[in-house]
Amino acid sequence: MSVALQNLINKPYEHGFVTEIESDVAPKGLNEGTIRLISTKKNEPEWLLDFRLKSYQQWLKMEEPKWSNVKYPKIDFQAISYYSAPKEKKKLASMDEVDPELLRTFEKLGVPMHERAALAGVAVDVIFDSVSVATTYKEKLAKVGIIFGSISEAVHTHPELVKKYLGSVVPVGDNYYAALNSAVFTDGSFCYIPKGVKCPMDLSTYFRINTEESGQFERTLIIAEEGASVSYLEGCTAPRFDTNQLHAAVVELVAHDNADIKYSTVQNWYAGDEKGVGGIYNFVTKRGLAKGKNSRISWTQVETGSAITWKYPSCVLQGDNSVGEFYSVAVTNNYQQADTGTKMVHIGKNTRSTIVSKGISAGHSNNSYRGLVRVAPTATNARNFSQCDSMLIGDLCSANTFPYIQVRNNSAKVEHEASTSKIGEDQLFYFAQRGIGSEEAVSMIINGFCKDVFQQLPMEFAVEATNLLGLKLEGSVG
Amino acid sequence: MIYQDSKVLLEVRELCATVNGITILKGINLTVKSGEIHAIMGTNGSGKSTFAKVIAGHADYEITGGTVDFEGKNLLDLAPEERARAGIFLGFQYPIEIPGVANNQFLRLAYNTAQIQRNKDELDPLEFDDLVREKMKLLEMNPDFLDRSVNENFSGGEKKRNEILQMSLLDPRIAILDETDSGLDIDALRIVANGVNQLANKGNATILVTHYQRMLNYIVPDYVHVMESGRIVKTGGKELALDLEKHGYDWVNVEQPTTAGT
Ligand SMILES: Nc1ncnc2c1ncn2[C@@H]1O[C@H](COP(=O)(O)OP(=O)(O)O)[C@@H](O)[C@H]1O
Ligand SMILES: [Mg+2]
Repeated sequence: MSVALQNLINKPYEHGFVTEIESDVAPKGLNEGTIRLISTKKNEPEWLLDFRLKSYQQWLKMEEPKWSNVKYPKIDFQAISYYSAPKEKKKLASMDEVDPELLRTFEKLGVPMHERAALAGVAVDVIFDSVSVATTYKEKLAKVGIIFGSISEAVHTHPELVKKYLGSVVPVGDNYYAALNSAVFTDGSFCYIPKGVKCPMDLSTYFRINTEESGQFERTLIIAEEGASVSYLEGCTAPRFDTNQLHAAVVELVAHDNADIKYSTVQNWYAGDEKGVGGIYNFVTKRGLAKGKNSRISWTQVETGSAITWKYPSCVLQGDNSVGEFYSVAVTNNYQQADTGTKMVHIGKNTRSTIVSKGISAGHSNNSYRGLVRVAPTATNARNFSQCDSMLIGDLCSANTFPYIQVRNNSAKVEHEASTSKIGEDQLFYFAQRGIGSEEAVSMIINGFCKDVFQQLPMEFAVEATNLLGLKLEGSVG
Repeated sequence: MIYQDSKVLLEVRELCATVNGITILKGINLTVKSGEIHAIMGTNGSGKSTFAKVIAGHADYEITGGTVDFEGKNLLDLAPEERARAGIFLGFQYPIEIPGVANNQFLRLAYNTAQIQRNKDELDPLEFDDLVREKMKLLEMNPDFLDRSVNENFSGGEKKRNEILQMSLLDPRIAILDETDSGLDIDALRIVANGVNQLANKGNATILVTHYQRMLNYIVPDYVHVMESGRIVKTGGKELALDLEKHGYDWVNVEQPTTAGT
């Protein structure tokens, strides 16, 4: 491989800095005591403590899943600290009082806060390690009845909603990591769009993992009532550490009749160094329930970071005529491993799903697409279209596609297309012969390859995504 | 055409090159002056494409001896993209397919890169669209090619036209056209040759690589060189191509090898 190409794909991680603020860290280890401590720290009601303890009991009985195409040393769950909050001196009355060190961190990350948020038209709920520090634009949103803030806060302000929906899409015993999350989750975003309301701006969360060896267990819950719609953006970065950090989030979405939820992620967590040391283990459960008729759940993700990614944002298409979409770009380099994809479960009549997955592997990395399309006997006229494309850069990486199709209704129509391609030296020479250097050439090829997914991203995210891939958007339309 | 006041564009002396340790070019000598059209002929495997790619800077080939000067500068010091920007154009024998990259984006990026080099304004997509459609008309190309991926699923002849389209956009100092005639039917050959003739002027030069005389009926060369086993073994005027056509390449070998160039 040419030197320029090597340099391009080996760009150092830009967000590798640690913010020095005092953290309030729980002692390492996991037992009932830890869970009670988290619950007490957060001043939680009894029902939530019960939910956690029940989950913990489930988790103890479960086995770590072994079926994915990723390899890592056994995780010592007793060596992780389950709670880490930046120490606050007093309750903050306004954003101006937020720790300036913290604000600088967000600045480095490019999180739009203060008036910048207004200009960008983005409301940001910032998660710093485990506690939601600042929420902007809550008031403006509250005027139209939208509730947007941290889930811990919602537990106190809207307990009936949290209680009703928490665990309703991802049951506590759904899988090993979801059970763990249900037991120890510390914070996350909560978003409720009332009947008939179209959320006037994109809602956004920036996640950042700061404390070494602290697990992050966010819990996000988004509910769109009948006729409501919302576009939610999740951005993730983490500083670099040599030890691996565990991240096991759960995201639940509920869309009622005619409601529409679009959830976009740009994930850029530290992936470990070029030898494969360090990096985030990202074991995430994301699921949307298209509960009502004509509802729509759409996942768009650009996964560039983490040492290991294990993630299958899914749609349960329960309402008749409901729609599920999954658009994904997953990039792996060095020794990164990604096993990611989606599940589309068709239950209602005339349900439709679209899967577009683009995997790019470089270095020694391993990139797998794993997708399930299940059509239940009730899902008359269900339709699915899946397109899974892989691109290889260099000779040492690999790409796999594991499509699982289970159809139990004869009227269903399921289509799957797959392709594998490679950026060849001859392609780069062709560009070079027309005066175009390899950096621009690779960027053009990759942009072309990812076009169908990038088109789905909100504008500012699309820009960030292309930059993240070390690309410039030169000449790209839309 | 040979001009009295022309200047040397390309000066190749005793050029030797290997690929995977195998010696392919064994001392090439060639001088190309502005305004001239050269043809390099020779049997399959004689090293014509290797020579073209070495001039363009393909990384697979190692230069083991000799010099190449382009407008008085050492060409071998330059990276492939720098050679292209300096005005060296290679029309590929087998143009490369680039799935996912739209031809118009690719062409515009290449064109704007050349514009920057010439200290001229870059064109936005709309301005460029006007320009490229104009150029395509001359080559009788369907505008649909703009929206398709670069060379992907193009027929052999379409790929060759796309190469000449790029040449017309980039307006190089020296164009090496490697078997641009192969895969073209007689109409396409006429169109492509016409395009090449229109681009030829006093300030630039063209090297046609071919093993048929056919194209030289349309593009009349000032010099014809015969390549054999990595050397130029004979040089003559346009009539040499006709002799080759009549007698075959073996005929050259009976004759005394000459030192090529002018
Ligand atoms: N990459 C390569 N590896 C090995 N041999 C090569 C390579 N490229 C060219 N050759 C050999 O070099 C010789 C000249 O090839 P080429 O320049 O393509 O000839 P021509 O264009 O005159 O038909 C042939 O014998 C060919 O097999
Ligand atoms: Mg050849």
